[in-house]
Amino acid sequence: MSTEVKTKESLFSKKNQQLLKDPFNDNNPITVQVLGICSALAITVKLEPAIVMSLSVMFVLAAGNVIISLIRNLIPNRIRIIVQLVVVASLVILVDQFLKAFAYDVSKQLSVFVGLIITNCIIMGRFEAFALGNGPWKAFLDGIGNSIGYGVILIAVAFVRELLGSGQLLGAQIIPLSWYIDMDKGTGFYANNGFFLFPPMALIVVGMIIWAQRAKNTKLIEEN
Amino acid sequence: MGQELINLFVKSIFIENMIFAYFLGMCSYLAVSKTVKTAVGLGIAVTFVLVITLPVNWLLENYVLQPGALSKWLGAGFEEVDLSFLSFIMFIAVIASMVQLIEMIVEKFAPALYSALGIFLPLIAVNCSILGGSLFMQERAFGTIAEATVYGLGSGVGWFLAIVAIAAIREKIRYSNVPAPLRGLGITFIITGLMGIAFMSFMGIKL
Repeated sequence: MSTEVKTKESLFSKKNQQLLKDPFNDNNPITVQVLGICSALAITVKLEPAIVMSLSVMFVLAAGNVIISLIRNLIPNRIRIIVQLVVVASLVILVDQFLKAFAYDVSKQLSVFVGLIITNCIIMGRFEAFALGNGPWKAFLDGIGNSIGYGVILIAVAFVRELLGSGQLLGAQIIPLSWYIDMDKGTGFYANNGFFLFPPMALIVVGMIIWAQRAKNTKLIEEN
Repeated sequence: MGQELINLFVKSIFIENMIFAYFLGMCSYLAVSKTVKTAVGLGIAVTFVLVITLPVNWLLENYVLQPGALSKWLGAGFEEVDLSFLSFIMFIAVIASMVQLIEMIVEKFAPALYSALGIFLPLIAVNCSILGGSLFMQERAFGTIAEATVYGLGSGVGWFLAIVAIAAIREKIRYSNVPAPLRGLGITFIITGLMGIAFMSFMGIKL
């Protein structure tokens, strides 16, 4: 771990920029690394909780990565999972108390999923794969990069589901009300696809995103 | 009483299935579902851990964490104490230590099962469905420890069914001509979605 090459690197060198950009496409936590799906899909019915969730994960992942990276040489290898869990759990308690105090409605909508950030595989995965072997600044960039990659997918799914499922974005009506079918007057041609509000559609939307991404980025295609 | 427990059991397997209704434990569900054999091992391990951690966390919730819970056994001076903000850290500590304990017990008394479960046992500590079970237990405020245990068993069996089913489908799908970009992860997502739609048909059942 202490065998890092001690060359002077500027804060935003090519390599560090790569840390930020990689998770966006080639190494996206959800569609490529398959991490953090647990909490990602259940809260994408509406855009607002999805954004709040992404921000919470960004805070927990960036702060946790820095903390773990700072104490990485002090953690005995055998109990590192417990140490990591304690760090994450304390950060998540902070987020949870903050949301309860300042955004109570969203915190109610997210229900148990704020707590489930603790077992969000992205966090443990990045701790194990990155923070344990790299310095704090790199770990911070890696945390921000991965949570952006996670947030982008989350927000994309929530965008599709809220727009098609209830015709709204962030609670504001997007589809003009005059388009809706009105049986009494016999006008209109549009109806919401209520199916998008059900949980299985989240999976199918992510499946479609994966399809589109891999069709463009053919090196990600797997064997069966 | 008995009937309520059976209702809860059936409900937690089919209607509120951990995977198809809440997407809990998806990471290991996707990673370990390539063959039926490993899927069965992981499914048993998850059920096992859920059945053991849920009653323990129920006791913790009702006798330590809830507002005023401490006064039930420490006397009147503790009615004002509210430790519920600690519940995440307590639950995850219980889960991690229970997993460790179970690992040691299984290793000592059932070496065959231990080698069958292999790496999955320690990894269960970070499986969302375990912590999710405890958090749902807290949110729904089950009245008795029996309810909590039955809920744990039902959720575990539901998770087991889901992972074995997807593993069987993935074993067969190797012989199909799936579009290249969808192979592997993409098609698994879509199949899980379709299975979720099938499971939605249980939704109207009132128990």
